[in-house]
Amino acid sequence: MAENTPAPEPAPAGVQIGADQWVEQADERRQRRTGVGGRIARLWELLPPAGKLAFLTPAIIVPFLPFMNEANLFNYGVFILIYALLALGLNVVVGFAGLLDLGYVAFFGFGAYIYSFLSGTHHEKGHIYTHHWSAQYSILLAVVICALLGLFLGSSSRRLLGDYLAIVTLFFGQAFVIFTNTTDPYGLTNGANGLANVDPLNFRAFGHTLTINSVKGYYWFLLGSVVVVLIVLWCIAESRTGRAWKASREDPLAAEMMGMPVNRLKIMAFSLGAAIAGLAGSVFAAAQTGSFPQNFSTQVLILIYAVVILGGTGSLTGMIVGAIAIIVSNQALDSTSPPNNARVIFYVALVLGVVLTLRPSWRRIAVALAGTAVFGLAVHSIVDAVWSRGTSGEVTSGGFLTGVIRHFVLLPTNPGRLAVYGYLLMIVLIIVLVQLKGWWRVVAYVPALYLTAFVWENLLIQNPAVTRYVLFGALLIAVMTIRPQGLFGTAKVEIV
Amino acid sequence: MNAALSQQLRNLAGLGLGLVAFMFYAVYFSPTEGWVFFFQLTVNGIILGSVYALIALGYSMVYGILKLLNFAHGDVYMIGSFIGFGVLTLLGGPLSPAIPVALLVLCMFVVAMLGSGFLGLAIERFAYRPLRDAPRIAPLISALGVAFFLENSALLLFGSQYRNYDGFDLITYNGIHIGGASGVFIQYLGVIVIVGAVLLMLALLGLVRWTRLGKAMRAVSFDREGAAMMGIDPDRVIAATFFIGSALAGAAGVMFGLLFSQIYYLIGFLAGLKGFTAAVVGGIGSIPGAMLGGLLVGLIESWAKGYLNGNVSDLVVFGILIGVMLVRPSGLLGTPALQKV
Repeated sequence: MAENTPAPEPAPAGVQIGADQWVEQADERRQRRTGVGGRIARLWELLPPAGKLAFLTPAIIVPFLPFMNEANLFNYGVFILIYALLALGLNVVVGFAGLLDLGYVAFFGFGAYIYSFLSGTHHEKGHIYTHHWSAQYSILLAVVICALLGLFLGSSSRRLLGDYLAIVTLFFGQAFVIFTNTTDPYGLTNGANGLANVDPLNFRAFGHTLTINSVKGYYWFLLGSVVVVLIVLWCIAESRTGRAWKASREDPLAAEMMGMPVNRLKIMAFSLGAAIAGLAGSVFAAAQTGSFPQNFSTQVLILIYAVVILGGTGSLTGMIVGAIAIIVSNQALDSTSPPNNARVIFYVALVLGVVLTLRPSWRRIAVALAGTAVFGLAVHSIVDAVWSRGTSGEVTSGGFLTGVIRHFVLLPTNPGRLAVYGYLLMIVLIIVLVQLKGWWRVVAYVPALYLTAFVWENLLIQNPAVTRYVLFGALLIAVMTIRPQGLFGTAKVEIV
Repeated sequence: MNAALSQQLRNLAGLGLGLVAFMFYAVYFSPTEGWVFFFQLTVNGIILGSVYALIALGYSMVYGILKLLNFAHGDVYMIGSFIGFGVLTLLGGPLSPAIPVALLVLCMFVVAMLGSGFLGLAIERFAYRPLRDAPRIAPLISALGVAFFLENSALLLFGSQYRNYDGFDLITYNGIHIGGASGVFIQYLGVIVIVGAVLLMLALLGLVRWTRLGKAMRAVSFDREGAAMMGIDPDRVIAATFFIGSALAGAAGVMFGLLFSQIYYLIGFLAGLKGFTAAVVGGIGSIPGAMLGGLLVGLIESWAKGYLNGNVSDLVVFGILIGVMLVRPSGLLGTPALQKV
């Protein structure tokens, strides 16, 4: 199971080795992973795929079911599963076949709108649509239509290589947004108001009806779908087709020469990804009993990409882990959730970032963190003595951290401009920090961390919903430049 | 080469025929409107088109040299227009400028171009240079991240409200009438925009054709490794390209602000898409192509707004883009890519 193996040590920069040598060193690399992490990684590799699945599934369920009320289960559990489905689909296109699909969110939207249209009641623009189709038929039709649309869009990749395909798909996604936002004369999409009054999942067959109308029901249904899609994708990834996808991703020309129908493979990947998005979309529409244009905006696209990139393109485990990480932080930083959760997540992420970037040397990590604490207290007491307005502000919904923040972070009464300048200065400091090496970098961490805390308390926590997108944008850049294989992907070895 | 040239000539001839046919239709057969309406739309389209052409140039230059779609370009343009606005408010605002208006406008352009130029440099250094040898998809995702980062940073820093340039207060609402008081009307602002865009494009063409840097840029875009062996530092040339392209986007941002008065954090997205459309329609990588493409996109958008309606004009532009990419992926003035085996 190639995608699930943790990333091998990347070859040292600049040194490239031959394929045989790389294969020869596989055991050595495996032995090099020491400590608890290495032992777990080796045990994980020994597990058969079914065992991995058996471990993963409870890992998704356990944190969410017992401790959550309805609203939280919807916001965290259901959303994580929806994004896991979406990421699995996008992974087929981006990870397996190596195509950049920037219109992916449109398929999600098509799935939702088709389901809403077929199973629901709408009075729009004087037209009445009351198709109360059974869920199994409308989901099936949504998936098939999305697959056909994917086929249609993917067939443009016959002529358009690489970047051009990204653009055609980007415009496809944009056209979808404009189409749904514009009120058409037949009221098919009902413009910006979207389609409400959508049926929950009603499976009617042989005179029996099975209706899912609790959040818990959707959670289980989605969990089942994710597991089924995982199994199907794992089988495909290990099949002839899956290997052909990877081959044509690595080198389309060589794959073509080996007799693989590269164009057909690309279109297949596109179509499969679109079908999975259609499935996610139709279940999503049923779960929130409606579909609205803002559910399918560029933000959602970036979110899906963040999941795929963080998890590691090409890895199935990565998609699940990525979805959990990204969606938990996305929902915790939502404007409706308590700001203190966002604060805790932010500081944890900050410390994690310090640890990860200074990793092998614990001394440096300790120096950077302790230095920040001392520096902060010093700056705070100096400013307190010189300019008392600088520390007399209120802590925004502090929670249990209020005391620490009040004596550590500068809180001017009216931050306004100061916070904005702080933000710009923070970006400059981070740029400087990346340039520095060795102990100088550790020294630069101190003011940078303190400034980050200042900006967070004075500017970012006011707008957590915007902040999260800034962070996801930065995450995409950081993952791409520091660890392009993401958390669970396989590092590429340059073969000479 | 000859085949490519005749292909370009045929493309241009086809385009010319199409435009003439549309003009005849619009002037003589369009149900309600006459020639004044048509030429007014055309003038507006040319003004809009020169803004798009400036954006398209940045896209096209970067693509020509790095083969990278810089999705963040539209957001550099947005930041440029905010920098111009900052200069405007620092110097007293549109109603009571502290220095003569001509100087103020010049200041806005210069500062915005420098600011966005340096922003472009920083983006190149951090988001693209580490990925120079990565697979093609990596810098694209990084570019997506930069675009998203800039857009939301602007939302954090400047808020979601519109900022008002008040270009009309600054440079009076007057203009030139052609063909009497009921004829075609061109604002002075429009004239400034067109003249400014043409000057910048001529400067760029001169730079690419006659200076050492321009020569180095052409060399690097033709063959980076070969250029490096000849003693050219590709990193410096690429950085310079980013600086110039982003500076042009900054100028376009100020022009947009002057023309339409209102700027906010989302203007970069659509403008970037249209600038990109322009670059592709003209033939990505080709500088005259980007200019022609920008003009065309501006004209088509303006006509679509006039003859159809405002909502569908974007769809028409994107539809044309997709059509061009399917039928003639190398654009009007591009050279078809040959794949060496």
